[in-house]
Amino acid sequence: MTGSAPILEMRDISKTFPGVRALANVSLTVYPGEIHALMGENGAGKSTLMKILSGAYQADPGGEIRINGQPVAIDGPMTARHRGISIIYQELSLAPNLSVAENMLLGREHKSGPMVDRRSMEKACQDVLERLGVHFRASTKVSELSMAERQLVEIARALIANSRILVMDEPTTSLSSRETEALFALVRQLREDGLAIIYISHRMAEVYELADRVSVLRDGSYVGTLVGDEISAERLVQMMVGRDLSSFYKKEHDAHQSRGPVMFAVRNMGDGVRVHDCSFELHEGEVLGIAGLVGAGRTELARLIYGADRRTSGEVSLLGKRLSIHRPEDAIDSGIVYLTEDRKNLGLFLDLTVRENVNVSVLGRDARMGGVLNLKAAKDRAAAAIRALGIRVAGDVVPVGSLSGGNQQKVLLSRLLETKPKVLILDEPTRGVDIGAKSEIYRLIDNLARNGVGVIVISSELPEVVGICDRVLVMREGRIAGEVGGAEHPPVTQEEIIAIATGVREAAE
Amino acid sequence: MTPPNETSASVQNTGAAGADMASQSMQRRLAWRSTLQAVGMLPVLIILGIAFELMSGRFLSFQNLSIVAQQASINTVLAAGMTFVILTGGIDLSVGSILAAAAMVAILASKIPDWGMLGIPAALLIGLGLGLVNGALIAFAKLPPFIVTLGSLTAVRGLARLLGEDTTQFNPQLPFDFIGNGTLFGIPWLVWIAFAVVLISWFILRRTVLGVHIYAVGGNPDAARLTGIKVWAILLFVYAFSGLASGLGGVMSAARLYAANGLQLGQSYELDAIAAVILGGTSFVGGIGSIWGTLIGALIIAILSNGLILVGVSDIWQFIIKGLVIIGAVALDRYRLKGSART
Repeated sequence: MTGSAPILEMRDISKTFPGVRALANVSLTVYPGEIHALMGENGAGKSTLMKILSGAYQADPGGEIRINGQPVAIDGPMTARHRGISIIYQELSLAPNLSVAENMLLGREHKSGPMVDRRSMEKACQDVLERLGVHFRASTKVSELSMAERQLVEIARALIANSRILVMDEPTTSLSSRETEALFALVRQLREDGLAIIYISHRMAEVYELADRVSVLRDGSYVGTLVGDEISAERLVQMMVGRDLSSFYKKEHDAHQSRGPVMFAVRNMGDGVRVHDCSFELHEGEVLGIAGLVGAGRTELARLIYGADRRTSGEVSLLGKRLSIHRPEDAIDSGIVYLTEDRKNLGLFLDLTVRENVNVSVLGRDARMGGVLNLKAAKDRAAAAIRALGIRVAGDVVPVGSLSGGNQQKVLLSRLLETKPKVLILDEPTRGVDIGAKSEIYRLIDNLARNGVGVIVISSELPEVVGICDRVLVMREGRIAGEVGGAEHPPVTQEEIIAIATGVREAAE
Repeated sequence: MTPPNETSASVQNTGAAGADMASQSMQRRLAWRSTLQAVGMLPVLIILGIAFELMSGRFLSFQNLSIVAQQASINTVLAAGMTFVILTGGIDLSVGSILAAAAMVAILASKIPDWGMLGIPAALLIGLGLGLVNGALIAFAKLPPFIVTLGSLTAVRGLARLLGEDTTQFNPQLPFDFIGNGTLFGIPWLVWIAFAVVLISWFILRRTVLGVHIYAVGGNPDAARLTGIKVWAILLFVYAFSGLASGLGGVMSAARLYAANGLQLGQSYELDAIAAVILGGTSFVGGIGSIWGTLIGALIIAILSNGLILVGVSDIWQFIIKGLVIIGAVALDRYRLKGSART
């Protein structure tokens, strides 16, 4: 990359939304054949900058974008595509009801006469897919693919469009470790092919492993760029948050020394399809992790426990009492709550206000005369939750959909906490939240455990699992394949978890 | 799309002074937007009123306004029930047929000597019962609302004709005719009833747990289930409420006409009710909307019918103009609130 001319230069890019300056004179220079990581907390301006690059937004006058040294005006997504820029968004933008080939060539279908030439499309796409080394066919429907496979379709779409600049926005968010490794290998191969890759990520380890350079944004301003050996976790964190995060994973509760009695037990849980015969116990004040590859059945197990899906076997007991949970409301009434991994589709009511979202599970408990809202209680609860969890919001009557990811997650968490749960099942609690909110959520989990709540954390992020959990169950193919942590098992390390999750090591029984 | 995530998030990071300024402007924007949403179609209503007054010179007389309110009353009651249904993302096409069946039952029961007042509860009960059937098919059998109520639109129409032996049933000595033709403090009973239904609807939607749950189910049914909301109970309620409102509409209609006809009464009332709800800014996909908007929507429809007659527009052109105004008004609304509402 040294010596070659930059493929992309963005200079003095500013963007103002009504009332807010999202970007202030940001510059970014990217060379062909490099992986250029772009870091910053949520709201730092990364996505805005990339949306300007992709033509989704127009920058304020005064800045300049050059591609291969030529100044260009990117006035829409089509222009960006013609200039060889492709963006793979965090929320994938594929049409699930169409085939892989149709998605890859959307808007540029091959035609023979007035008809769509499916065979020629599939042939062209299959070639690209084979180059990527994937094992599904171009005629497959996207809805049949896993998240990881859909990501590959997005990359294939960029390749078939002959893109030279590829932007990847948090590409590993929904991938398991193994899938992440495969993706990394692919990204490196694309670098060898001379593509410029702009890689947006919150995950330090990934950036560390992949990036040739890292540029950091903070509060809409450019902070700096680190190259090669200069890249270190401490410096990056410092640049991103402007403060030291040494206490990131600090645990105040200590379940090893004063492990509480068993409070919650699951026996032989299964649905006959994706979850088989899962049993485990949870102690008072314990943080229990459930790790495993995506598709190993972690979310499915949690949903069975919570009564969200129908089980074919299994029972749940809390404080020695057997529970009969058939629906989510049964679980909530017993003191077991579940935080979904998909807060936008399965968690929040985006059109309702923060106040309503915080209160929705306890409206009945607070109500007067059998169903009349207690407006004062709702207001007080919302105010208390905003204070306790540090939710940054203009007021409690704004729609929750207008909040940032981290704040949305805190709203959803406070909804669960309002029910005063005894057992908290958190599915990917820090997915899509920024580093500041992440550490606040860790502190919250730690606090709950100290107060005797049993917390189950499902997470694909291994440093998180290792950092906050006392004990970790590892699932593989719908079963609990092993356990780490605690007295009678190997200590919690990433290597051990990966070994069990991938089946490299059968757990010692 | 609007840029909510980046902007709102960077609001929080721009330091205390910047955040204050930005959050104030955001709050102003939100306040302005919610005012717009609450006011909704009110300007259209006012402009139509002034235009008809200018053109006819007698639109804004107390007497004519009283007639308009009376004409709007039955549709308002149906549209109130429809608002609940559409808020959950559903639709109720059967309201006109249920109204006809209920009116028929009201007239038939009113002929029972000495017990003629039974016509009122009988009509309400049949409305409630038919609504429950709709609700049960949608909530338990999980059939699509459009299909279920399209079926009952036809089937209940048949039921109404069957009950009335396929002729017009009269009762000139109707014991509850005051509902259709009497006044209280100078205002028609029909108008009082419609206003009471709107108030009750407002109370349920905005002041009860049930109301929040209705908005929640409409906004995100999957999240509602995971939150422990009994989605089936909510669905059952809204269709039962819509059926009950249709039953009440049947009583009002029977009381006004001293008669019911199974074939003609309430024909295509569902379309006016749906138009009122949509004019009122309620989102067709559920989760967003208000009963006050529906009231304004129902008034716009009534004003249009009344005003066009006063101005002397022919029947055929009334249809065309009404249709275009509905489309235009909603288009205007969507354009104005671009980015906030999603229909």
